[in-house]
Amino acid sequence: MQERVSEVTGSAQETVSYGSIFLVFSKIGLCGFGGVAAWAHRVLVDERRWYSDREYADLLSIGSVLPGPNICNMSIMVGDRFRGALGAATALAGLLAGPLLILVCLALLYDRYGNLPVVQAVIGGVTAAAAGLIFGTVIKLARRLRPRFGNILVGMLAFLGAAMLHLHVLLIVALMVPLSLVLALRDRQR
Amino acid sequence: MKDGVLGQLALTFIAMSLGAIGGANAVVPEIHQQVVTLHGWLNDTTFANLFAIAQAAPGPNVMFVSLIGWHLAGPLGLVVATVAICLPSSLLTFGVSRIRRRMMEAGWLKLLQTALMPIPLALMAASALIMAQAADHTLLTVVVTLGTALFVAFTNRNPLWALTAGGVLGGLTFLFAGA
Repeated sequence: MQERVSEVTGSAQETVSYGSIFLVFSKIGLCGFGGVAAWAHRVLVDERRWYSDREYADLLSIGSVLPGPNICNMSIMVGDRFRGALGAATALAGLLAGPLLILVCLALLYDRYGNLPVVQAVIGGVTAAAAGLIFGTVIKLARRLRPRFGNILVGMLAFLGAAMLHLHVLLIVALMVPLSLVLALRDRQR
Repeated sequence: MKDGVLGQLALTFIAMSLGAIGGANAVVPEIHQQVVTLHGWLNDTTFANLFAIAQAAPGPNVMFVSLIGWHLAGPLGLVVATVAICLPSSLLTFGVSRIRRRMMEAGWLKLLQTALMPIPLALMAASALIMAQAADHTLLTVVVTLGTALFVAFTNRNPLWALTAGGVLGGLTFLFAGA
């Protein structure tokens, strides 16, 4: 997260059209290889000045706590702010439409050429890297968040539940959230 | 048969939507369980390949679910799977958006965020393990996985470089070693 003070108030009250909501989120979706949230910051704060840095940080943290990809949740909140329910739907549609088209092209290529041995070898390499991408993202986030003992314990238990015991994700959330809350309260009282 | 698959797709992903804290990557183990183990719609290799294709495309990580829908039932499958995984969580977010200003400064919200944080990370780590088990059959792929993890964790460069390098290494090894 950039700790940069923006001079923009960000509390934009002007009317924003459905078209520009759609375009803005199309751009975020299409540019965001890997790190979509970084592009969202660039477009929403630096280019359009719809949000200040502070407002963006709030948007990101709430978007990350709720289920679903944080960028989808952010698009819904941004769209809702400017244009209500239809604005929220427009933003989400903009975010997904372009990337889905590209995805379909890739899928068609895979259906057609996926059985060629050399293509299999290339995809095998990309897949190995994709697994590393997730591991690396976990390490990066864990380092930034500076977890306390309670966070690490909950993280380990949730990992065991998902990776070893194959528990349903809702069961893991239901078991871990109360435990995590108790531990966080205890940490806070110290 | 096809209607059956569409209905099952919808039910499967609607049920997962609210658990996907941190996005679809958090529910990859659950998706694997449903799609590979229980229903037998995909085998391990196809599952891993589709995941890689979804990662190579821009956009949010729910598109892995869209791609599974496409692979199983074409364009309609894509739409059904995408809507199913997005709708419940989007409705929740919309509700929160409406009451958000009132609870923004509340201390309990910050506490809840701290408490929730480890769970998506743990679920992502479990996803990564499943992906690695499906993808890493040779020394080269293990090295690619570890190298990418380090690249992503300790640099801010675009991860697409690492994915491209993985693909090039895989292709070159095949061409020159006949692996």
